Amino acid sequence: MPLRSIAINRFGLGGRPDEDPPADPRRWLREQFASFEPTPAAFSAIPTRAQVADKLAAYADERPDSGKRDDPEKVEALQMARRRLRRNAQDQYRALAGARARAAVLSKAPFIERLVHFWANHFAISVDKQTTVGFGGLLEVEAIRPHVLGRFADMLGAVEQHPAMLLYLDQVQSVGPESVLGLRAAQRRGVGRVPGLNENLAREILELHTLGVRSGYSQADVTEFARALTGWSIAGVRRGPAARIIGDRARPGTFVFVEDLHQPGTRTIMGRHYGQKGFAQGAAILGDLAASPATAHHIATKLARHFVADNPPPALVQRLTATFLDSGGDLRSIYSTLIAAEEAWVPGPAKFKTPWEWSISALRALGSTGLADNQMADLLAELGQPTWRPGSPAGYDDTAPSWAGSDGLVKRVEAAERLAQRLGGGLDPRSLCDKILPGVLTQQTADAVARAESLAQGLALFLVSPEFLRR
Amino acid sequence: MIDRRSFLASGALAAALGAAPRIAFASAAGEQRFLFVIQRGAADGLHSLVPLADPGLRAARAALVDGLEEPVKLDSLFSLHPALVNAAALFRDRQALFLHAVATTYRDRSHFDAQNLLETGGIRPYAERSGWINRMLDLLPGARAMALAQAVPMALRGDHPVASYAPTRRAGPTPDLAARVASLYAGDRQLHDLWSQATQTAELVDDLSVGNGRGGKALGDLAARLLAPADGARVMMVETGGWDTHTAQKGRLAAQLGGLDALIGALKAGLGPAWDRTLVVVATEFGRTVAVNGTGGTDHGTAAVAMLFGGKVRGGRVLADWPGLRQSDLHEGRDLRPTQGLEDVIAGAVAGHFALDPEEVGRRLYPSIDRMKPLSGLIHAR
Repeated sequence: MPLRSIAINRFGLGGRPDEDPPADPRRWLREQFASFEPTPAAFSAIPTRAQVADKLAAYADERPDSGKRDDPEKVEALQMARRRLRRNAQDQYRALAGARARAAVLSKAPFIERLVHFWANHFAISVDKQTTVGFGGLLEVEAIRPHVLGRFADMLGAVEQHPAMLLYLDQVQSVGPESVLGLRAAQRRGVGRVPGLNENLAREILELHTLGVRSGYSQADVTEFARALTGWSIAGVRRGPAARIIGDRARPGTFVFVEDLHQPGTRTIMGRHYGQKGFAQGAAILGDLAASPATAHHIATKLARHFVADNPPPALVQRLTATFLDSGGDLRSIYSTLIAAEEAWVPGPAKFKTPWEWSISALRALGSTGLADNQMADLLAELGQPTWRPGSPAGYDDTAPSWAGSDGLVKRVEAAERLAQRLGGGLDPRSLCDKILPGVLTQQTADAVARAESLAQGLALFLVSPEFLRR
Repeated sequence: MIDRRSFLASGALAAALGAAPRIAFASAAGEQRFLFVIQRGAADGLHSLVPLADPGLRAARAALVDGLEEPVKLDSLFSLHPALVNAAALFRDRQALFLHAVATTYRDRSHFDAQNLLETGGIRPYAERSGWINRMLDLLPGARAMALAQAVPMALRGDHPVASYAPTRRAGPTPDLAARVASLYAGDRQLHDLWSQATQTAELVDDLSVGNGRGGKALGDLAARLLAPADGARVMMVETGGWDTHTAQKGRLAAQLGGLDALIGALKAGLGPAWDRTLVVVATEFGRTVAVNGTGGTDHGTAAVAMLFGGKVRGGRVLADWPGLRQSDLHEGRDLRPTQGLEDVIAGAVAGHFALDPEEVGRRLYPSIDRMKPLSGLIHAR
C-alpha cells in the first residue's frame, strides 16, 4: 500500500472524489494540526447544553413528590412528561449524531476528526441511559473537540466535569457520608436510607479513562477517589440530592462544585496524600492520574491499536508512552510520534474497519455531503454501531473480531448496494478506485469492478472489496 | 426508504405525482403512455428470442439450447423462451413486436460505457449530459415523468424534472451482486469464510427474479398504478438488473425472463383499457457471446433483442435482417453481428406512438447520430 493511501485511509477517514491524494502524506497529516476546525459548519445548528438541561429540568419540575405517587392523575402526568422528555432528548441526540457524521464526511482534517472519534470512544458514554441521551453528543463537542490537539490532562478535566459523564456514571447521586448534607440526612432519616457514596465515576476514571485496568490501584483507592469527587455536580437538572442545595446559582447544565456534598478530610490514593480542600482535591488527583506512567502506557496502547494493529507492536507503544511522559501529555507530540513511526506505515491492511469507519469512508468515497439524520442513524444501527451507544463505559471495541462478522458483512453489502444506487449518480468506479485507494486495488478487485453490470453495481463492489473493508 | 405498501397506502403516491391539476389532458402526450424497461447487465437476446432454426446456434451453445423446454415457436426461424408466457400471448394477439440483431452505436464491451450510450443516446460515452427520455419530454409538454428506481437514471436526467421511487425494500443484496461478492472474496480467507457462512444462513433475494416472478409482478403492478390515472405519469422508466449471466445462465436467465414477463403481464392487467394507449420498450446495452463459456454462461457480446409491447404495436412479428450464426457471420468472430440500430427502433416507435414527426424525434433523441433512419411501421396509426 503506498504511503498516500495509508495516510488517507488508515490515518484519515477515506478519500473523496473531489480531493486528490496527498503528495507528501506525513506532511499532510501534520498540517491538519492547523487546519482542524473544532466547530465546523456541521455543528452550527446543534442543540445547546442549556436547551438539553432545560428539558431535563422541566421534566424534574413535573415529577410529583413521593407522597403523591398513588394519585392516578399525577401518575399519568408523570408518564406523559417522561414520554415528552424521551422524544425531546431523542431529537437532540439525532441532531448531534447527524452533525457528527456530516462533519466527518466533509472534513478536510480527517486525521484529527478520526482522533476526535477515538477520544469520544475512549471517554465513552452510552445514550441508552435516559439522562444522557440529550447530553451524550455534547460531551464530544464540548469536551473532546476543543482539546483534541491540546493536553491530555485538559481533556480529562473537561470530560469529568461534563454533565453527560457526571450523569452517565452517577456522580450526581454521590454524597459524602460526613458532608454537611450527608450528616443532616443521617440525622433525619436514620441509617439505611441515607444517600451515600457512589463509586462508579471514580472507578471508571481509574480503570478506563486513565491508569487502565489491573494497573496497580486497589479498591481502597477507588473509594478514596470517590470520596474526593463528592460535590462534583451539575446545576439545574434536578437529579440527586444536590438539586435543592444548588438551586438557581448556576445556569442549567453547568458544572458546579457543591461544598455541602463534599466529604471533608485528607485522601490517600496509591500512597499519595491529598490534603486539598473542596474541588481542588479531586482536581489534584485527576492531575496526577493524567501524568501517571500507567496512564501514558494505557493511552499509548490504545492509540497504537487504533492506528497500527489489533496487537500493537510493543516498541511503538513504548515510544508513544515515552513521548506522552516527556511532553507532559501533549497530544500533538504524541500524534507526531505516531506519524513518524515506521510501524504505522507498513503496507498491507492493518485494521478491519468498524461500521462507523466503513460508513463514513463509503459516504466520502461517493462524494456525499452526508445523509439525513435519521437515515444515518438507521444505517449505523443496522450495521451494529449506533453513535454514542456502545452500551458500556468501555466504549466500542477496536479490534477485528468484534466487527468482522458474517451478518455484519451481509449488511454492509446490502448497504453498499443501496448507497451506490442512491448516491452513486454517474460516478465511475473505475476512475474512483485510484483516487480513494491509490495503488491498493488488486487486479481481482479491479476486474470485478470493471465487469460489474452497472456503474452502481461496480461502486457497490468497490465499497465491499477486501481493500475497502480494511484500512 | 419507505416500503411500497406504506407508500401506496399513505397517500404519498398522490404527493409524488404532484397535486397539480389534470394538466395531462392538455399535454401532447395526452392519454399516451410510454414505459422504458432497461435490462442492465446485457441480456442474452439469443436465449430470449431464440433463432432455433439457425444450425449455428446449437453448434455454439448446445448446452444452453438443449436446456430449453418447450420454446414457443414464433416463425420459421425464431422461438420464444418458455418463461415468456405473457409475451407469447401478446405476440399471438399481435401486441408484441420483437426485433433481433439490434445494437446501439457502441462496439466495445464495457457495461458502464454501453449503458451510458443506451441512456444518453450519444455516440461517445459520457459526452452527452442528458438522457434521451428526458429530451423526449421536450416533445411532450406537460407529460409527467417518473423512474421506478433508487435514483433518477441517466436516461431520464436532464432539464425536465423527474421523480424517482424505489419500489421495494430489499431483504438483502441482490443475488447477482451476492454472487459477484462471493467471487470477489475468493482469494481472501477471512472474508470468504464470513461470506460463506452468511450465504448459508441468509436467503438473498432480488427484485425481478424473486419467487417465480413475484418481484416482476410487483413492479408491473406499481408501474400500472402510477401510469393508469388520468393525472398519472405518462413517461416512465423501470430499472431491472441481474442480466449479466456469465455463469449458470440457464436457470438464472429463466428466472430473469420470468420476472420480466410477470412485469409485462401485471402492467397490461393493471392498465386495463389504457393498455391500448401504452407503448413498452424493453432494451439492453448489448448482447452476449454466441458461444457458451466454460461456466455455463455467456460473456459480453454485441447485438441483442429489443421488444415492443402495447395495444397499438404492430405486433405478431419478428423483425430481423438475420446475419446468421456461422463463425464467418459473427462480429469479431464471437458476437451476433448487429444489423439494426436500436436508436432507429426507439425513435421510430416513439414517433409512431405519440404521432410525432420521425425526423424530429430522431434529431431530438439522438442529436449526435448523423444518419438516423427511424423505423416506420412499428405502431398502428391513431
